[in-house]
Amino acid sequence: MTTADTETRELQEFRREVADWLAANKPEDPGFLLPQSFMEVGSEQVLDFLREWQYKLWSAGYLGMAWPREYGGGGRPAVYQTIADAEMRKARVPICFNTIGLGWAGPLIIDIGSEEEKARYLKGILSAEDIWCQGFSEPDHGSDLGSAQTRAVRDGDDYLVNGTKIWTTLGNFAKYMILLARTDPNAERRYDGLSYFLAPMTVPGIETRPIQKITGEYGFTETFFTDARIPAACRMGEEGQGWKIAMRTLQYERGAEAGAAGGIAIIPISTQDLLAMAADQQRDGQPVLQDPSSRDQLVQLMIEEKAIRLSDARADIPALCTDYPFSLPLSNKLRTSEWSRRMRQYAVSLQGNAGSRYVGDARAIEGGFWQRAYLNNFSVTIGGGTSQIQANIVGEHILGLPKS
Amino acid sequence: MSNSFLNNLGLEFNDEQAMLLESAQQFCADIRSSGVVRDCLLAEQPYPGEVWQQMVELGWSGVSIAEEFGGSGLGIGSLVPVLEACGKVMLSSPLASTALAAHLLTRCGSKQQKKSYLPRLASGEAACLALLDNHDWGAEEIVTQLIKADDQWRLHGSKPLVMDAPLARLLFVLAQHNGEARFVILERSQLDDGQFAPDTLIDQTKRSASLEFTGTDVSTAQIISHSELAGVLQELHLLGALFTAAEATGSAAFTLDTTVEYLKTRKQFGRLIGSFQALKHPVVDILNDLNHCRSLLYHAATLCNQQSLNNDAEVACRMAKALASDTLVNAADRAVQFHGAMGFTYECDAQLAIRRAQWSQAMFGDAAHHRKRLAALLLDARHEA
Repeated sequence: MTTADTETRELQEFRREVADWLAANKPEDPGFLLPQSFMEVGSEQVLDFLREWQYKLWSAGYLGMAWPREYGGGGRPAVYQTIADAEMRKARVPICFNTIGLGWAGPLIIDIGSEEEKARYLKGILSAEDIWCQGFSEPDHGSDLGSAQTRAVRDGDDYLVNGTKIWTTLGNFAKYMILLARTDPNAERRYDGLSYFLAPMTVPGIETRPIQKITGEYGFTETFFTDARIPAACRMGEEGQGWKIAMRTLQYERGAEAGAAGGIAIIPISTQDLLAMAADQQRDGQPVLQDPSSRDQLVQLMIEEKAIRLSDARADIPALCTDYPFSLPLSNKLRTSEWSRRMRQYAVSLQGNAGSRYVGDARAIEGGFWQRAYLNNFSVTIGGGTSQIQANIVGEHILGLPKS
Repeated sequence: MSNSFLNNLGLEFNDEQAMLLESAQQFCADIRSSGVVRDCLLAEQPYPGEVWQQMVELGWSGVSIAEEFGGSGLGIGSLVPVLEACGKVMLSSPLASTALAAHLLTRCGSKQQKKSYLPRLASGEAACLALLDNHDWGAEEIVTQLIKADDQWRLHGSKPLVMDAPLARLLFVLAQHNGEARFVILERSQLDDGQFAPDTLIDQTKRSASLEFTGTDVSTAQIISHSELAGVLQELHLLGALFTAAEATGSAAFTLDTTVEYLKTRKQFGRLIGSFQALKHPVVDILNDLNHCRSLLYHAATLCNQQSLNNDAEVACRMAKALASDTLVNAADRAVQFHGAMGFTYECDAQLAIRRAQWSQAMFGDAAHHRKRLAALLLDARHEA
């Protein structure tokens, strides 16, 4: 029997164990607004808080559970991490903010990295000692990574790097960057001129400038390279393989490949949260939850939420995934991010005139949580390739439609 | 109940069901290449008769009927993979109607009725259910009456758009007696042609008829009466919605495949039209919808295979139908549009899709009908909790 919802006794016991630990160790409310995602770490205060939390989680054995033991992981089957993550979401604990290490660079290093790279980087990712950032996007080339212009010129045992990266999440705090740079500007195909680096951010010549976001907060930087010396030993793979490795990284980022260390990267918001907020709102002199038009819209959002969650479950049943194999994770990522955005916007609209208030206004509903959540959610529908780019990928790779 | 509906992610698909799905897909692939669906569009004969016979031989007419009555004794949700596969090649049959009649008999029939009728259904005698007295799936009042006078039961009323009636040998007619629900089991031979008017349907793969009863004689043995009949009537509506959703989901896949194929081969302005994002992105949207439809569908099938249809199963069936209806309507509408002038022709398969979509939407309640009931289940229960 293939089932997505039955668990062995051992796993059930583990689920209880995690729940108990989380109940006992969930940090107290620090008194400042915590980020809903790893893209919203805007101050040292927030950083220290989250760093401590991730360290605690890892020390207790609930992070990197499926990563190899010799590099700081737990060496257990992936299902344990899946359960731990589910319990973390349920308990509403803070995020594990080192997502670029935990979810993208880490799995990449485990899959194709050398022994030395594994030994050097993995443990620091898990313990949050080493914060990672990503240097893919450039000011003139958002999602079009093949056009990256940042140059890396070989000079003895180093590369001299010059150029600018942008939207560097955690850039001002990071110790390492996964960096895509052009080593051969004359390559016949522009993709073949790129190389991939696990670059230290601490060398002279790298400057970060925080970018203020749509919400008014900080969270990422513009990153300038001026004759920065990156040791050649930091190059991953051969020269010219950068594009291939970057594409592989994006697979992790888009959720199509397994291997993430775990932890919550983004605090999920459910329609249940929306209903809790809406329960106190009025429309036409009656509770908004009795308004026929609002009811219909809420139900549509709930149907979609249910379908999103069930699609994750269906992806585990091969017999129900035969018609468009591999489409479920990509399709669901796109749907989840767009649904999140629509739901948050709808929440603002349900507040009536109060929807015009914002964070900082003492009378804003839930402190302006929904307004901020809506604006921040664009990081999900834009970051890692906009929804429109994702749609191209699904159209071309899953449906086999011709390139745009 | 708070949010139990959200946390119920029951999704099971055992080897038996997987085999059923695989054999249905294989069978339907052969149907598609035979061209029989198109051949029958305007034919007098309701459905390709030999195809129904083959389906019976595969055991599908008895899938959910107990083994002691000649069936396979699988859960009612086991019809879902079969109906989805049929929908994917636009093959219509009395399978869903017959399965609903079997469910009614199983839940509320007397011992004798089960013994008399279930083996006939399992062996491939088609049945139909005459539920509505008008065109409103939300109507609660039953208008058709079962009246007893001079020691004789008689049926009075009219039943429009009874699906599969033209092929049915047995008709299960919903009526009320003193305000209580009853079903009357009629042999097709008991109706004369004057009582039976075939409908012209937008979906030409489908057949239905409108029935008139002006004092039709009924024997006591033909009456289904049961204390739980009102609840089972609700189950029939939900299962009907589920079966329609299964077929619609399959038909949405048919529609998507048809459109994608055209986008990959048709050239305009020197380019394959599938390279235009104005066409590509809406098609991806349809795939994403379809993925969600299938997830909701097999979740609902899973819950319906468990003993009784509880609240979670009701939520699941209604969600499956609401999304499948909307998805197919949109997919078919875009299919016609994206085929350009070709899509305006009878020859183009997009016509099968858009006609199926309108039919499918109407059956067992459209998306808004189900969302309204979901709102009561999902939003009002919250207050009481």
